Amino acid sequence: MIPLSWYMALATILFCIGVCGFLTRRNVIVMLLSIELMLNGVNINLVAMSYFLESMRGQVFTFFIITVAAAEAAIGLGIAIALYRSRRTVHVDNLNQLKG
Amino acid sequence: MSTTVAVNWAAVEPIIPELLLVGIAVLLIILDLFAPRQRQLLPWLTVVGCLAVGVMVLGSRPAVAFGGMFVIDGYAVFFKTLCLTGVVVTTLMSEHFRRISGMHQGEYYSLLVLSAVGMLIMASAGDLMILYLGLELMALPIYALVGLHKTDNRTSEAAIKYFLMGGFASALLLFGMSLLFGLTGTTDIASIARVIEVHALAGNPALAAALGLLIAGFCFKVAVAPFHLWTPDVYEGAPTVVTAFMSVAPKAAAFAVFGRVLFYGLPELQLHWGPILAVLALLTMAVGNITALCQRSLKRMLAYSSVAHAGYALLGLLAGTTQGLAATMSYLFIYLFMNLGAFAILILLATEGNPRETLDDCKGLAARSPIAAALMLVFFFSLIGIPPTAGFIGKFYLLKAAFSAGYILTVVGAVLFSAISAYFYLRVVRYMYMDEGEQNMVFHFSPGMIAALAFCVLGVLGLGIFPGLLFDWAGSAALAG
Repeated sequence: MIPLSWYMALATILFCIGVCGFLTRRNVIVMLLSIELMLNGVNINLVAMSYFLESMRGQVFTFFIITVAAAEAAIGLGIAIALYRSRRTVHVDNLNQLKG
Repeated sequence: MSTTVAVNWAAVEPIIPELLLVGIAVLLIILDLFAPRQRQLLPWLTVVGCLAVGVMVLGSRPAVAFGGMFVIDGYAVFFKTLCLTGVVVTTLMSEHFRRISGMHQGEYYSLLVLSAVGMLIMASAGDLMILYLGLELMALPIYALVGLHKTDNRTSEAAIKYFLMGGFASALLLFGMSLLFGLTGTTDIASIARVIEVHALAGNPALAAALGLLIAGFCFKVAVAPFHLWTPDVYEGAPTVVTAFMSVAPKAAAFAVFGRVLFYGLPELQLHWGPILAVLALLTMAVGNITALCQRSLKRMLAYSSVAHAGYALLGLLAGTTQGLAATMSYLFIYLFMNLGAFAILILLATEGNPRETLDDCKGLAARSPIAAALMLVFFFSLIGIPPTAGFIGKFYLLKAAFSAGYILTVVGAVLFSAISAYFYLRVVRYMYMDEGEQNMVFHFSPGMIAALAFCVLGVLGLGIFPGLLFDWAGSAALAG
């Protein structure tokens, strides 16, 4: 039996990789992927806790997160395409019209 | 553990206002598609629909539905009314803006209404799951709204920045929630408070981490420094009418869940979150007010002013008392009137092909349109907090709440930064009244715009003179919740 702390460690590591990726990468698509990685860290956390606490709530929550993440990706990619059409780039360093 | 689930319509009763709003949103899309000639009716359908839902919300009985997931109490009703008012006023201003900017109407109104559904759900959230779903249901349509005006080069940049920051904040929030679930074994906000009290978890380091993540996530959503960096860019790049909407309704809804989680879910941790919020509030007021001083764009200045006002609104939350919560709630309502009013004047300044968002475009406004200048004056006085406007009363109660909770340093800082803020608001007033500007501008007051402006100025002055109405309501709502 794998103890809960291992799952939580995995979840935390995944989440931290996501945070680092989001903060260091400069491509919009990779940043979007990093957010998904963070969400998957949360999902592992919730499912593991749900199993050990014998409560269904965590698993239900996970389903909602997966669903919302899909909707979020649809909108995010839509915005990325609109951005590419107007600027010919999805690199955040080039997004510097708005500053001050 | 299997129970048969028959469709029980009585159980659905508490969410009828939300269902009706979803119906209106779908109807708006269908009408836009199949009756293109009747498009000028869409804003009015939105207004009437939101008003009808508002009446239903005000008439709803206190209830706890879906096993504690959906709560209707005074607190929820107050915030629902606030958000619906925001949607109605924004809709009234939209027609004028659409005509000036040439923004394609399309799904604009239905996105607005769908985002309102999310806000209503957030206000009623009794469970972290519903809170998250409401939050995303509110945010996703707004990402699209920000990027809707595709011919303007800046909007897609604003949209992607808002989207990335919003997604990041949601992920932080979720990790905090998952830790909270792991510690307490439940996602129900009221049960979380009970478990923390019974098992004396207040000193648990994991709980502290969860609290930190939750605060960071919520601070992103309400644009509190140091998590405010997206705000000026997004507010400047978004279509002005969407900026007006974003600075009011989603912020109020985010404050609703912020207050709900802190006051009803984590009251045991008040000793921890009170001082953290005090520091953040002070930082926010400093950053917002000082950066606003050196802006040349009026829209960007209002964005920083909105950051600063989030800092003021935090003063009531950090006090951790019912009185403080009521002060924050009332201030958010007052902020709706004054900020939407100021943005309405900004929209009026714009002409076809020229957004006119810089401070120089205000020059000589009083000579061109005395009414617009006078209204702007009233809204800016209220944003500074000069009596007899509502902004003064709102700020007074916030400071009083924070002061009686013992945060004297924060209160002193708030007063100082409030005095600094007078400079950049009054500078605009000086430009309007004392400088010469171009004379060839004509102002068109559309019926919707007149209604929106009249409503805002009545709110600012009326609540400034008779504040009791709002404060009694907010006080009883905070107590009942």
